[in-house]
Amino acid sequence: MSDMNLLGSVDLISSNTLALIYLISASLFILGLKGLSSPKSARRGNFIAAFGMILAIAASLTKIHPNGNQITLIVIGVIIGSVIGGFSARKVKMTAMPQMVAAFNGVGGGAAATVAVIEYLRLSVANRSVVITALSSILSVAIGGISFSGSIIAFAKLQEILTGVPITYKGERFINAAVFLAIVVIGIYLIAFGTGLAILGVLLLLAIILGVAFVLPIGGADMPVVISLLNAFTGLAVAASGFVLGNTVLIVGGTLVGASGTLLTKMMSDSMGRSIRNVLFASVGKVIDQPSGASNSTTGGTSSVRTGNAEDIGVLLAYSKKVIVVPGYGLAVAQAQHTVRDLARALEAKGAEVTYAIHPVAGRMPGHMNVLLAEADVPYEQLREMDEINDEFKDADVVLVVGANDVVNPAARNEPSSPIYGMPILNADAAKNVVFLKRSMRPGFAGVDNPLLYAPNTIMLFGDAKDSLLALLASVKAS
Amino acid sequence: MTTATLNFLTVFVLAAFVGIEVISKVPTILHTPLMSGSNAIHGIILVGAITVTASTTGLLGETLGLVAVILATINVVGGFVVTDRMLEMFKTRRQTEVKK
Repeated sequence: MSDMNLLGSVDLISSNTLALIYLISASLFILGLKGLSSPKSARRGNFIAAFGMILAIAASLTKIHPNGNQITLIVIGVIIGSVIGGFSARKVKMTAMPQMVAAFNGVGGGAAATVAVIEYLRLSVANRSVVITALSSILSVAIGGISFSGSIIAFAKLQEILTGVPITYKGERFINAAVFLAIVVIGIYLIAFGTGLAILGVLLLLAIILGVAFVLPIGGADMPVVISLLNAFTGLAVAASGFVLGNTVLIVGGTLVGASGTLLTKMMSDSMGRSIRNVLFASVGKVIDQPSGASNSTTGGTSSVRTGNAEDIGVLLAYSKKVIVVPGYGLAVAQAQHTVRDLARALEAKGAEVTYAIHPVAGRMPGHMNVLLAEADVPYEQLREMDEINDEFKDADVVLVVGANDVVNPAARNEPSSPIYGMPILNADAAKNVVFLKRSMRPGFAGVDNPLLYAPNTIMLFGDAKDSLLALLASVKAS
Repeated sequence: MTTATLNFLTVFVLAAFVGIEVISKVPTILHTPLMSGSNAIHGIILVGAITVTASTTGLLGETLGLVAVILATINVVGGFVVTDRMLEMFKTRRQTEVKK
């Protein structure tokens, strides 16, 4: 963009000063990201990035003509956006964090696509056909649109507005490929002829459809990886908008997120022992129709489940020396993080050693469980990562699995035919006793049956996680 | 290709390398806050939304401008606030006791 805006420039600061401020902001983003990757500096990192953001926004505001309609629009927009964003971020429950991130990511993608459309509107036909402008407008609109609608579907799945089970249909991949191809063709047409605002609209619509179609077949358990990928997408869409506007801070900010988000997506799939390809296209968690009982054959014929009551299990716990708690999403849903802490303290008072084994993907996002338990003032030192605690399970008297399932499923280790085969798991099956607090025999979020539920040293306690924990707490205190 | 375009490409490529390098060693427990924090950073599109809205005219352009500014602001404000709330939870026992 030129220095002059359409209404005539009354610049408070020169373009060079603006560029310098943008450079400072971009550097602060890098420092912020660096801070976010270590526990000690994470909060400061977030502040540094936020400061860089405020700086860049304030600087961009000085370029608006103070008497036009536009300033009113922008101020109103910022106020409305701050109220909505601030309010929902403050009010959201810790358990609903993942879908909140999806929602914030979606609106960012939508904004990137809209910015490209507005700039395209403004440009003359001759300018539209400059290859770099046309290409980056198209990329911004297409990627931003996919990220927008894809994030909405991810939000809906995590919020359980939509089922977490993969939604697949015949010819789904063919249709997705066809939509993708149509986007490419329209894109090439726009680059070649550089006209047609309506055609850009069609492109946006197709991108929105593709985002929906792309996320629907992916299982709810894989949503964190999808959100991370869409986060990287939004980053790239923002970078593309930066090319359209010739704005370096957009290019740097967007590209930083695009690159780090891609790497983060890979790290997340790695921690599940799967490839990104497998996560995105394998529809893991699809319930496959099979004769009843067939799934139990993996347990060597024993399909009986041992059910216990809170009194007996309470006594078992009260006389244990070493207890390992495996928290899962069920704990989060039941809001039982405080109750599990109380139970742990009661057991410690009885002389037991209590630790929490945190699987990398426990809950619905990596790190989700740590956040929840920290909220309940569970000390950091008791939270142990999978690799450091996996050898200790064999010494544990009781492993208490609270609302988790897939992360302790031995099929991931022993059953090459299992969809989760290869995922690293917690060795809960090595413990002397395993107690499952579960609502029902229903499989976990990944939709895969768990042979550990049928193991001879496993006791089931059915019910809401919080109710079960309260009953156990009473029983432990009584014995 | 113009000099400006080449400069932008240079910035783009270098930023991509920095983005990968800067988070190459991040513990699992920080995956979610990092995702959320980087999510807030792409809210920089608000600068783009402000810039285009400032120079647009006509009902369509202005309406879209308002939409873009609102969406981008939600991204920025919500993103940073939610990340801070997550990170606020990571307290050690010592800090918690001092607070009480």
